[in-house]
Order: sequence, then C-alpha cells, then structure tokens
Amino acid sequence: MTRSLFDKLWQSHLVQSLDSERDLLYVDRIFLHERTGSIALKSLAATGRPVQRPQQAFCTMDHIVDTFPGRGDSTIMPSGSEFITATRDACRDAGIHLFDLGDSKQGIAHVVAAEQGICLPGLSQVCPDSHTCTLGGIGALAWGIGSTDAEHALATKTLAVKKPRSMRVIFDGVTAPGVTAKDMILHLIGKYGADGGAGYAIEFAGSGIAALDIEARMTLCNMGVEFSAFTVFIAVDERTIEYAKSRPLAPKGAALAAAIADWQQLHSEPDAQFDKTLTIDCRDIRPTVTWGTNPRQSLATGERIPYPQSLPEEQQAAAIKALSYMDLQAGTPIGEVTIDAAFIGSCTNARLSDLRAAAAILKGRKVATGVAAVAVPASGQVKLAAEAEGLHTIFEAAGFEWREPGCSMCFYAGGETFGEGKRVISSTNRNFEGRQGPKVKTHIASPETVAASAIAGRIISANDLAELT
Amino acid sequence: MRQFIKHRGIAAPLLEPNIDTDIIIPSREMKRVSKEGLGEGAFANRRYTLPGGRDPNPDFVLNQAAYKDASIILAGANFGCGSSREHAVWALTDLGIRAVIAPGFGHIFYNNCFSSGLLPLILGAAEIAEIAAATESDPQRRQVEIDLENCEVAVGDKRFSFTIEAANRDMLLNGLDRIGQTLLLADEITAFESADRARRGWAYID
Ligand code: SF4
Repeated sequence: MTRSLFDKLWQSHLVQSLDSERDLLYVDRIFLHERTGSIALKSLAATGRPVQRPQQAFCTMDHIVDTFPGRGDSTIMPSGSEFITATRDACRDAGIHLFDLGDSKQGIAHVVAAEQGICLPGLSQVCPDSHTCTLGGIGALAWGIGSTDAEHALATKTLAVKKPRSMRVIFDGVTAPGVTAKDMILHLIGKYGADGGAGYAIEFAGSGIAALDIEARMTLCNMGVEFSAFTVFIAVDERTIEYAKSRPLAPKGAALAAAIADWQQLHSEPDAQFDKTLTIDCRDIRPTVTWGTNPRQSLATGERIPYPQSLPEEQQAAAIKALSYMDLQAGTPIGEVTIDAAFIGSCTNARLSDLRAAAAILKGRKVATGVAAVAVPASGQVKLAAEAEGLHTIFEAAGFEWREPGCSMCFYAGGETFGEGKRVISSTNRNFEGRQGPKVKTHIASPETVAASAIAGRIISANDLAELT
Repeated sequence: MRQFIKHRGIAAPLLEPNIDTDIIIPSREMKRVSKEGLGEGAFANRRYTLPGGRDPNPDFVLNQAAYKDASIILAGANFGCGSSREHAVWALTDLGIRAVIAPGFGHIFYNNCFSSGLLPLILGAAEIAEIAAATESDPQRRQVEIDLENCEVAVGDKRFSFTIEAANRDMLLNGLDRIGQTLLLADEITAFESADRARRGWAYID
C-alpha cells in the first residue's frame, strides 16, 4: 500500500499495538509550561517515578507570567507566582531545561519549540496544551494532551493513543493579495464547522499550502484544534528543510545529512488513501473575521452579520446566543462594528512575519482614539529580531504597547485582560465566551486585519484601510 | 496507586441526576499547583454556606454526623458529566471517597477515575435506591461492602452484582495506574528505542 504522510509519521513511532483500538507511540519530545506542567511534574515526583530522558523534555513560562516590561515572579493572576516557582523547582529537580523569565529564549511553548529546533520534521511531540498541533507546520506529529497523559509521557516516553482516521484538506490555487493563513483556516472552519475535523489526523496540502512560508504554515496548523482535529500537519518541502536545518538544536554534520534524507521522505505518496478529502478553492477566500463565540461564526470583512434564520437550522440557536453575548445586531455591516481594543499576540500570530506584516500597516499611522492596543511578541527571540529591525518603534509610534513574550491576553485565568465587556479584535485563536476576560467580546482575525482595525477603530481589512487612506 | 480489592464503608446518598464536575469542584477551587488537597474544595458550592467560604452548610449530606467519614457515594444518573477537569476525581479521592455507585457516568470522568484509584461502579437506579434505603436508618453501622474481585456489592443481607471492563478492573485490583501498566512494557519500549536509534539517531538528544 502506498503510504500517506500520516502513515509514515505514525508507523515510525509505533512501539506496538495495545488492542484493537489503541497503539503505543514513542514520544520524541515533551514540552511543558508553568500552568499544567508544574502539576504534572509535581504529581509524578510524588509517585517516585523518574522522568525518563529528561534531556528530551523542555519547559517554558508562558501562560501565567505577566508580560509587562520589568515583570517578575509575581503576577496579576492570584496565586500565579506559586505556579512559577513550583515549575522552576520541579524542572530543576527533574533535570528538565526551562526557558525561564529573563532568558531571551523564553516564550510561548509552541513557538519556542519550533524556533529552537526542539521539534523537528518527523518527530513526535506532546505538550499539555491543545495548540501543540502548531508544530505540524514543520511536518512533525504533535498533539495536545492532558496533565495525566503528560505524566505518562514523562515516565514512559510513550503514550497510548487511539488511532485517528485520516483526512486530507487540499487548498487549491493562489489566494488573493491580503489573504493570509489565518483567513485560510477561518474559511475552512467557517465552511465545514468547528467539529469538521473531529476524529481525524489531517494533512493540509495543495498549491495554496506550498505557497506559504513556514511561519504561515504554523499559523494554519495552530488552529487545527479549532477544527477539532486530533492533529494536523504539512508535508516537508525545501522551505521546511531550510527552516529546520538552521535551528539552534538542529542536528549537525553527518546527523544532519541523515536527518535531511529522512525529512525528504515526509510526504504522502501519489496514490495514498485518505478516509476523507476536502477541497478549498483559495480564490474563494477573503480576509475573514469572527463575529460570534465559536470559530465557525465568521464572515469576510465587508460583509453583514448574518441573520440567524438565514443559517442552517442546527446553527440558529447558537447564532442567537452568540449575537446576544457579542451584543451585535444581525444585518449590521461588520465594518461598522467599533472596537475598544486590539491585540496582536499568541502562538497563532505573533512571530516575526506577523509583526512585520502588522508594522507595515501601522507605519506612519495612529491607532484610533479610545482604542487600547497591545502587541506581545511570541518569544524573546522574536522580540529581539523585531527590535533589531526597529518594528517596536513603529508599534509604539502608532500607539501600541510593546510587551514581553507570553500568552498574555490570549486567554484569561484571572490575569491580563482589557477589562470587562470590552470588544477586542485579536490575532489569537479562540473566541469563546470569556476567553479574554469576563464578558469580553473577541473577534478573531489576522494580524493585518487587527492592525487595520486598530487604526480605523472599527473592523476592516488592510485592503479596506488602503482604500480609505 | 492505591489498590482496590474489597472496601467496606459508609455510603452517602447524592441521588439527583447530572451532578457535573463543576458541582464536584468549582473552577475557583482549582488554584493549587497540585492534585493534593483538593478535597477541601469538593462540592464547595453545596458544602459551604457562601461561595469561597468555609462555613459548613448543615443541609449538605456529607456535613451530617450520620455520614461522617463516608467513603462511598450513592449517585444519580450521569455523575461527573460536564467539563473534563481531572480535578473532580482528585477532589473526591482527597476527600476520602473510594467508590461512586451510579446508574451512569460522564465518560471522561469515568475514565479519569481509573487513573486515580477511584471505582466508578454502575448499578441500576432501583438497586441504588434499595442500597440507600437499607443504609438510611443508621449509615454509620449499616455499611456497604464492595468486592471488586467478585464484582459484588453487599449491604445487610442484600447482594447486587455489577459488571466492569476487565482492563479497568485489573488496573484497580493491581493498584496499577496507566503509567504502571505501560511500564510493564518497559522492555518492549527499550527495544524499540535501540532499533529506532539505529534508524533515526538524529532524533535523539544525549
Ligand atoms: S498563546 Fe494562547 S492558545 Fe497559545 S498556548 Fe498561549 S494561551 Fe494557549
């Protein structure tokens, strides 16, 4: 049988089948963070079981730490510092490398993992965080797990996993100017639903994917979990190899040559079989923004917020509820919806290419009066690179705060937020009720759309902004 | 992990259906960096008079002298439904609960139980009502006995048999959690690793 990329990734990690449903898979890399990693390490230590191969486990501080300049261990989130110090102690005791506060390599787990070459094409990686699938963008088999599974992976180097079905989503053709990877994934979810990928491992393929740079591929894969996929990934090509081989922890010398030979095999064979195939015509995609409280509830900028009765029946009740939470009227053009705040950050869209794209729009412009705007680079390395190009001065001159790396306002657990009930245009990945704070109304979009909307004070795309000015 | 072979204990009735994980432990009680100590937050919204407070609510069954030191919960349908928080199981075990007997469970909660040595035991609603009736007059003395080896629940002269998946039952009987089970395959894992190193040496960090 001709193998798919998924077959290759799965089989190369298969220790043995456990029963008719579950396989025992070898885990190459484990990444932890202070929110759930601390609990996993502490509770594993309490059982007296050692972490096996701690040199293949890594940890960062991202979820709970503050992102204000001059930050330290104390946090806005009550009892946050307890998580920070517990993580530090547990990593030291277990011999796990920690990207701690003050380390210029600290940042959001999934971004640091790729940037440092901890995760590489063809590796299996798990992290007690659902957006681990980001790393599928470099051809890795990476997926999010719970805290007890993290203990399992640390103690056994394996996980027992039910094998998902396979799907291929083909992005065919070339996107229009101004359309980004974020718009591609929002479009896919808008078309097939927030559970469209449930139970599947999904390969994103097609000319629309080949055209994306590596950072954009990670943006696309990041939201595979919003499509409910077990995980998602993209075949390795020359761009992937260029990216991977120059990472600090990439193999060197003969090992690199062997790695590259393996990486070159990481694609589906021409007649590989899939349980399901979807095709998206890239020419149909426009800059997209969410209007509701699940990622399916989106529209193209310039469109009107849908009337619930115009939607398929099974989506109507959710739409009515979402309109009420979001305090929006059906029929309103999204371009007339004014915002209180703009956020550029998160493991979805706060890499160097994202910050460059936003800065290109912000340059020489000012954020609209009354709009609070915050930019949080995803990692210390991204921040340094952005500052070396002077991007921070563009953000600051436009009226954005320029912060230290971390998850920041991507999610709320008592920490950073724009404030109760604010309407936020955000480059993040989740728009659930309360995701960014009590009653906060989140509109998800690309960094370009966030930047343009921050300038306009209402939700518009960069293309629309260019026409206005 | 704590073994479960036989257990005899005081059974407290919480028979309403759909006791979800948020009732078992509200999210504001999950602020610790630990699985330990969560018992204090168990059923907090019912056990205490005020949200976040610690004054016992005398109406809540586990606060009543008759059910002091209860280790078995007699529950209604769909116990542990709702959010996937594993803290719900940890809160119950920390409170000293060894088994929950219900007509059905939320499926994530049900699976999580076996990782922490808690027995989720399925009996019909009518049988559970019979057990509750048989213990009610003096719960401290009329204790319930669970025999996992023989899959039997006894109270007084009444006996009820139950079924449970063999793999889950073995985990509890041997006191093996999922990690312990996998570690039984340590040789296979090591063999995989050495063969894999020969194939994919670049993937390993030394
Ligand atoms: S940036 Fe947001 S989505 Fe990404 S890991 Fe942090 S909290 Fe999760």
